[in-house]
Amino acid sequence: MAAVQTRSERALHRLAIAAVLVITLLFLAPIYWITSTAFKPRNLATTIPPTVIFEPEISPFVKLFTKRSQLRTAPAPEVYAAAPWWERLVFDGGEKVVRSGRGEVQLSGYPNRFMNSLIVAITSTVLAVGMGTFTAYGFSRFRVKGEADLLFFILSTRMLPPVVVAIPMFLMYRAVGLNDTHWGLIILYTAFNLSFSVWLMKGFIDEIPKEYEEAALVDGYTRLEAFFKIVLPEAATGIAATAVFCFITAWNEYAFALIMTNRRAQTAPPFIPSQVGSGLPDWTVIAAGTFLFLLPVAIFTFLLRNHLLRGMSFGAIRK
Amino acid sequence: MATVVMTSLDSRSRAASRGLSDIKIRNLFIIPTILFLIVFNIFPLIYSLGYSFTDFRASSNAPANFVGLQNYRELLNDPFIWANFAITAKYVIVSVTGQVVVGFGTAMLLNRAIPFKGLITTLLLLPMMLSMAVVGLFWKLLYDPSFGIINYALGLGTFEWLANPDMALYAVAITDIWMWSPFVMLLSLAGLSAVPRHLYEAAAIDRAGPFYTFFRITLPLVAPILMIAIIFRTMEAFKTFDLAYILTSQPTTEVISIRLYKMAFQEWQTGRSCALAYIVLIMVLAITNIYVKYLNRVKER
Repeated sequence: MAAVQTRSERALHRLAIAAVLVITLLFLAPIYWITSTAFKPRNLATTIPPTVIFEPEISPFVKLFTKRSQLRTAPAPEVYAAAPWWERLVFDGGEKVVRSGRGEVQLSGYPNRFMNSLIVAITSTVLAVGMGTFTAYGFSRFRVKGEADLLFFILSTRMLPPVVVAIPMFLMYRAVGLNDTHWGLIILYTAFNLSFSVWLMKGFIDEIPKEYEEAALVDGYTRLEAFFKIVLPEAATGIAATAVFCFITAWNEYAFALIMTNRRAQTAPPFIPSQVGSGLPDWTVIAAGTFLFLLPVAIFTFLLRNHLLRGMSFGAIRK
Repeated sequence: MATVVMTSLDSRSRAASRGLSDIKIRNLFIIPTILFLIVFNIFPLIYSLGYSFTDFRASSNAPANFVGLQNYRELLNDPFIWANFAITAKYVIVSVTGQVVVGFGTAMLLNRAIPFKGLITTLLLLPMMLSMAVVGLFWKLLYDPSFGIINYALGLGTFEWLANPDMALYAVAITDIWMWSPFVMLLSLAGLSAVPRHLYEAAAIDRAGPFYTFFRITLPLVAPILMIAIIFRTMEAFKTFDLAYILTSQPTTEVISIRLYKMAFQEWQTGRSCALAYIVLIMVLAITNIYVKYLNRVKER
């Protein structure tokens, strides 16, 4: 910006910085609140005034992973003493860990849903980015008749409202037995991300000078060798950025997962809200589940920060 | 559908005579993707187009009867469906306007030398990367009338947000504004930082006032990118499902996607819901078309 000159301009500048800081804090407040609630004892999660300073606990995470039931009477002292530390935390909260007949700890639905989310998001990302990179190269380097129409067609599949696509897909999946399976979701997410991956990768590949490959071709590489040995390494950053975007989209997706899965292949996004049933929900457990679920995305966002703009605008803005 | 037709390719690629020819590679690279999208996006839509002319119910074994345009006729004459569209329109207007005001405003503030600017922008982006369904759920706690921090911070006592039919849609929109203002902010910032500085210097020499500078220099130059942000967010807000579905169950927040979901998967009026899906689809494609036009215009600059 132009050098700050007069006193009033300087004051204005300071005011703008202060406003930016306030806005940033406001935007981060809900995320802070999720994080802090995930480490609170249950009785401090819903107090008025809100509890800001407290001794962090790990008990919400123990509860998140275990199946529990209400304790009617306090556990016998010898049972309590014999219990491992994490089980005592559950006792302290007035609940007990449910064990099978053979005494094995029963897990809650959460770890399973988290694994499903990982399987579905990673597999669909690999497929979408793989196919997308090939296709983007095809569009970038070769003349294709009706290229603009084809690219519009590819993009338009991304814009379809999930519920609109879900109705026929549900019927078709039911006919072939893909409802509530990992592959059912993987196919949907691959199709959904494929258009995005083609558009984004085309932008990245367009930026790699054609001369690199041409030089390789003159040196006796075949076109395929040039693609794998010259273009792919050059496009590595773009591929990584595209993959992270596809992963986040698949990881966060809710509507398809809600409609197409109910138990076996259910991912975390439809599962976490379903925990808030009737009665008073334990918000510390929900916060713990939310926190773990958001963590990978938060990390990826930081890794991706330089490519975010480009990804979010479908490559309209390069930077 | 345009087919991939061979055209003349780079004749210098001698190597093309060895290995696969360029045309084969091109087809090998492009056709599977097109086929995949046709099979998993276009074919289902054709399938549901067929059902939209029937009284099919996926919950029963009764065969589908052809009813012609009856589903479309009934839907377009149903005041309740129009009410759902009206709710959706209100939601789009409130939410997108909010995002533009907050997002563009923040971008104007950020478009200067600010310490830790990179960190601040990254932090501001966090909300939109998170899952709408999962974070949206947590806003239920924030909005809680008796122990939510929003009422506490604003001193509103036990004000009802989500259980209040008049307020619920605004509550959903506020959460959406929180998530997506950063998107508008990011795009606006890219536009703002691309405005050539000499224009501002010239305006300063001419003693142009801040309003004149803003409306005659800043806004026209940022407008194309801002339009992209607005159209994109309009499209997404029109399709909105997750947030409203998770946060409330008020009839006043029943946007068109939720109506569609209920019609298809709770009432099992499969045929009718396919018809409604088509009506929604045509509207979305119209907005997409406008969006892509703008996208290409900005890309060409």
